[in-house]
Amino acid sequence: MATLTTVRPPAGEPPARPRRRRERPGITGLRRSLRRHWTLYLIMVVPLVWFAVFKYVPMSNAVLAFKSYNVTKGIWGSPWIGWQNFELFFQNPVFWTLVKNTFVLSVYTVGASFPLAIILALALNEVRNGLFKRTVQLVTYAPYFISTVVVVSMTILVLSPRLGIVNEGLGFFGVPAIDFLGNPDYFRHIYVWSDVWQTTGYSAVIYLAALAGIDPALHEAAKVDGAGRLRRILHVDLPGIMPTAVIILVLAVGNIMAIGFEKAFLFQNPLNLSQSEIIATYVYKTGLLNADFSGATAVGLFNSVINLALLLIVNLIAKRITGNGLWS
Amino acid sequence: MTALMGTTSGKRLERRAARARRIREPRTDRVFMFCVYLLLAVFLLVVLLPLLYVVASSFSSPQAVSAGRVLFWPVDFSLRGYHAVFENPQIVQGYLNSLFYTVVGTIVSVTMTIAVAYPLSRRTLVGRNVVMTLILFTMLFTGGLVPTYLVVQSVGLLDTRWALIIPQAIGVWQVIIARTYFRTAIPDELVEASQLDGCGDLRFLWSVVIPLAKPMIAVVALMYAIMQWNSYFDALIYLKSPDLFPLQLVLRNILILNTTSGGAVDASLVIQRQELADLLKYSLIVVASVPVLLIYPFVARYFTKGILIGAVKG
Repeated sequence: MATLTTVRPPAGEPPARPRRRRERPGITGLRRSLRRHWTLYLIMVVPLVWFAVFKYVPMSNAVLAFKSYNVTKGIWGSPWIGWQNFELFFQNPVFWTLVKNTFVLSVYTVGASFPLAIILALALNEVRNGLFKRTVQLVTYAPYFISTVVVVSMTILVLSPRLGIVNEGLGFFGVPAIDFLGNPDYFRHIYVWSDVWQTTGYSAVIYLAALAGIDPALHEAAKVDGAGRLRRILHVDLPGIMPTAVIILVLAVGNIMAIGFEKAFLFQNPLNLSQSEIIATYVYKTGLLNADFSGATAVGLFNSVINLALLLIVNLIAKRITGNGLWS
Repeated sequence: MTALMGTTSGKRLERRAARARRIREPRTDRVFMFCVYLLLAVFLLVVLLPLLYVVASSFSSPQAVSAGRVLFWPVDFSLRGYHAVFENPQIVQGYLNSLFYTVVGTIVSVTMTIAVAYPLSRRTLVGRNVVMTLILFTMLFTGGLVPTYLVVQSVGLLDTRWALIIPQAIGVWQVIIARTYFRTAIPDELVEASQLDGCGDLRFLWSVVIPLAKPMIAVVALMYAIMQWNSYFDALIYLKSPDLFPLQLVLRNILILNTTSGGAVDASLVIQRQELADLLKYSLIVVASVPVLLIYPFVARYFTKGILIGAVKG
């Protein structure tokens, strides 16, 4: 059997190739490399300055969280006030609501979209190439390319109590019109399921690729052992995409507190604020609308730190359990 | 248990027979495949029907839309909604602005990405791992909204067109994709051969690397272009002048904040306006999404590859 003879090279390092002159490390190496490849260093300068200005200067600007911002004195001239901004935020009655809303919304999103993307990929993988498969892929993939503004307004239009097709449908069954967006209880579901609608097809692509990389010999062997399609999915496909799934999950959990400002903000209205106000929207409002720069920076920094900590913890756990992580 | 021995062994035989049959005639598999097709059909319809509803509404008459008579096919076919879209100066201006931001932004982004990704892909570059780590770190930790805003303010970009292009010019993900591609598609031997022929680094980049990397550059360019076309958040924070607004921000004002210019006193006129305003929303959604959705089927394949290159090694 031809498929059995295919030997895959070990993952990780590319096949050893006689290593040509590798520049010596250290100052001498740097000087030599600079003299020889100065044009390469030169073209990197602009992008690296960009990273410094737009990524690293903001990081240093985050000291604002420990200061009382004074426009005339600037960031570094403003007086230090220690943890006061953080204390104010933690004592604010809105604190727990914000943390809870952000957390619940993210966990709900991950919990709904993570398994669905895998299920879609597994199902698509069972269908042999054909018009149906291509149609499903093309259509489910498409909403990813539509902007958030459009997705949110489509959702609002579809759910609208006056015009929306959903209420038309409910009305057909005698259910009175529901103001989905005016009721805070529906906010989370609307947010999460519109997200699932938009991204599941796109997320499935990554798993499809992982599935395509599974050695067909494993499937053949399972077939010979009498495993049906369902069993092969459980015992061949699922373990095969595990490494990919773990990485995606780690990334998703690492982003839990960084949940999209854009969508929550667009769906927000005075009626659903009790559920839709999340840390990101709060930072925007206090920071840019109310010009409380220090306070908003403290809230943002709190958020970033929690995020980073979550990512590191989850990555550690994932590596312990499955041996896969973001970095080795 | 012993009392049941007889029946269990009978069952075992039956099961064995069933298993033998399954290899030749996998009935459970056929049931399973039916479920798979059913599942996929549900996925397909759930995604497709809202899209159809919006498109069908956009081609219907204002009255039909307001009365909720439109399902998945246009009722009283009319182009009133599209006329209204293109008669609105705000929308047209937004459209032109978005075209500008997308074209210029993509050119800037792609140039910067190549300029940083190519040197970082070369083994002979001292310190490339340190630099790459510093770049990757920006994916994990950011200064936050306000500190970034203050930087944009202090370099004088606020309320200029460049505010939508410069502050998000480089995507780390795109740098990873480009670097991985350069590393795998440009063998060291090629670099050395060209150096023996007296070709400098820049010349090599321009006349060998870039032509070889065309597929990757296309993917990265499209990623940037689509991001630009769809973004509204930066415009919301950095722009004040309405004549600089990109389409997405105009969309948000019309579709979500419902800011339609009022002023009519006559009740029937108000109703007519309301009906037209409702219809305009559907047409506007279609008009705003068409450019992206038109190119998407052609690029989807490359996109997939791009994601994979990026996912292989970070």
